[in-house]
Amino acid sequence: MSVLRPLDKQPGLNTATILLVGTEDALLQQLADAMLKEDCASELKIHLARSLPLPSDVNRPRIDLIMFVVNLHSKYSLQNVEESLRHVDATFFLGKVGFLAMGAGQESHCSIHRNTVTKLANTYRSPLFFCDLEREGFRATVAQRLVRMLQICAGHVPGVSALNLLSLLRSSENPAPEDL
Amino acid sequence: MDSYESTHQHIASSRLKDYFIGATPLQKRLESVRKQTSFVPTPPRRKIPQCSQLQEDNDPQKVAFLLHKQWTLYSLTPLYKFSYTNLKEYASLLSAFIAAEKQKGLAVEVGEDFNIKVTFSTLLGMKGTQRDPEAFLVQILSKSQLPSENREHKVLWTGWFCCIFGDSLLETVSEDFTCVPLFLANGAETNTAIVGTWFQKTFDCYFSPLAINAFNLSWMAAMWTACKMDQYMAATEFLWSVPCSPQSLDISYAIHPEDAKALWDSVHKTPGEVTQEEVDLFMDCLYSHFHRHFKIHLSATRLVRVSTSVASAHTDGKIKVSLNKSSYVIFPYCYIVFKMYGICIFHIEEAQWNANLRQ
Repeated sequence: MSVLRPLDKQPGLNTATILLVGTEDALLQQLADAMLKEDCASELKIHLARSLPLPSDVNRPRIDLIMFVVNLHSKYSLQNVEESLRHVDATFFLGKVGFLAMGAGQESHCSIHRNTVTKLANTYRSPLFFCDLEREGFRATVAQRLVRMLQICAGHVPGVSALNLLSLLRSSENPAPEDL
Repeated sequence: MDSYESTHQHIASSRLKDYFIGATPLQKRLESVRKQTSFVPTPPRRKIPQCSQLQEDNDPQKVAFLLHKQWTLYSLTPLYKFSYTNLKEYASLLSAFIAAEKQKGLAVEVGEDFNIKVTFSTLLGMKGTQRDPEAFLVQILSKSQLPSENREHKVLWTGWFCCIFGDSLLETVSEDFTCVPLFLANGAETNTAIVGTWFQKTFDCYFSPLAINAFNLSWMAAMWTACKMDQYMAATEFLWSVPCSPQSLDISYAIHPEDAKALWDSVHKTPGEVTQEEVDLFMDCLYSHFHRHFKIHLSATRLVRVSTSVASAHTDGKIKVSLNKSSYVIFPYCYIVFKMYGICIFHIEEAQWNANLRQ
């Protein structure tokens, strides 16, 4: 299983699974903890990975949402995400992939320009959120948002689908990639 | 003929638009923010500026004076009611202010004789385009007590203000303001603080320290490496900071300047301009070379300092031009300075853009 596909497994009963991909292990762990603290009717499963592809000999549940985490202070984290993206099936990008860019608050530490990640997210037609994972309050906000997105992507929110959400997230500020 | 007509029409309609919306500075500002939001604001490429006209204008002695000094960078909001004709008056006011600050509580009189002297002078030619306001220099000199040594003034502190290729900033500033967004200081920080306070009080402006992030440092590294010199004085050196707690670790990486130049030449394709891709590729080559030997991903660390034979820059906003006078003769100083300050000005514009987004 070198390429991740969204619908190659049966969903677990009332289970929503998210995969967080990024090189910042400690911060991803903290984000996962913050997500588990959120009040949520579905059973949350959070998988962390430094990079894709995932090892194929492990039995894991169906993944409903993949979030790629880029640290703007480290070019390596961007290169890692770019490499990992190649191991994701195209159908995932119909609303089940998102990007988190962390560290934009400390502008003087940035090695990657904001527009580079914006372009990346636009290329993959996926939403991008800027966040600060080092501050607890901000982390909780991101966690809340991710949990909500995950529930939608897992189909636990009646009337809204992942694709539906994706088209809603495209505001006038994020022009369609054709316009760039 | 067709094309002529269409351009003509376009000008007319844009004038009409200006008339109807009443292009006030605020609206122009909004317009430029909109422009920047709809288009990606990073320049994917930067032109290498031509400065033949500027070389003629500038005063070699004054320019030489700016070499070999470490400057701390500040960004500055436009000065209100600043006039180039009043420089003498400003000098006496500022020296009185400094004297008053130094002897807190005691009254001083403007024009009185203090043991310091302040001078204001313009730096002709230190600008990018004709529209840019003239750069000016402020110096604090110590006056010797002995009359015989009166002519020898020791420079205590130097600062200068400039605007280089500030077009997009200028178009949003109204008439009463002078836009010199970059301030460079050399000397004791207490003096910088006093001068800063005086400027803030007198011209209703605001100073803030200007940090250079790793993204812009790699631009500077690439552009300085690209400068061809007859004789290289120092190695091209990079300093990376490894983000690990509790103690931070620094990695220094020095390359022979000719090797760095050869690498740049192999990466650089388009004459007359430098593109983002070229800069990225140049840095990636250095990273992969280092990884091959030491198995360390430098791309996961933060670039904090770049120094070359031409100039050096530190992320905390300190820069220094290390050309000496002889190489200055063959190599136009402003050429390098423009590259450096152009980036800084761009940085300030971008910071403003960020601030606008937040509002």
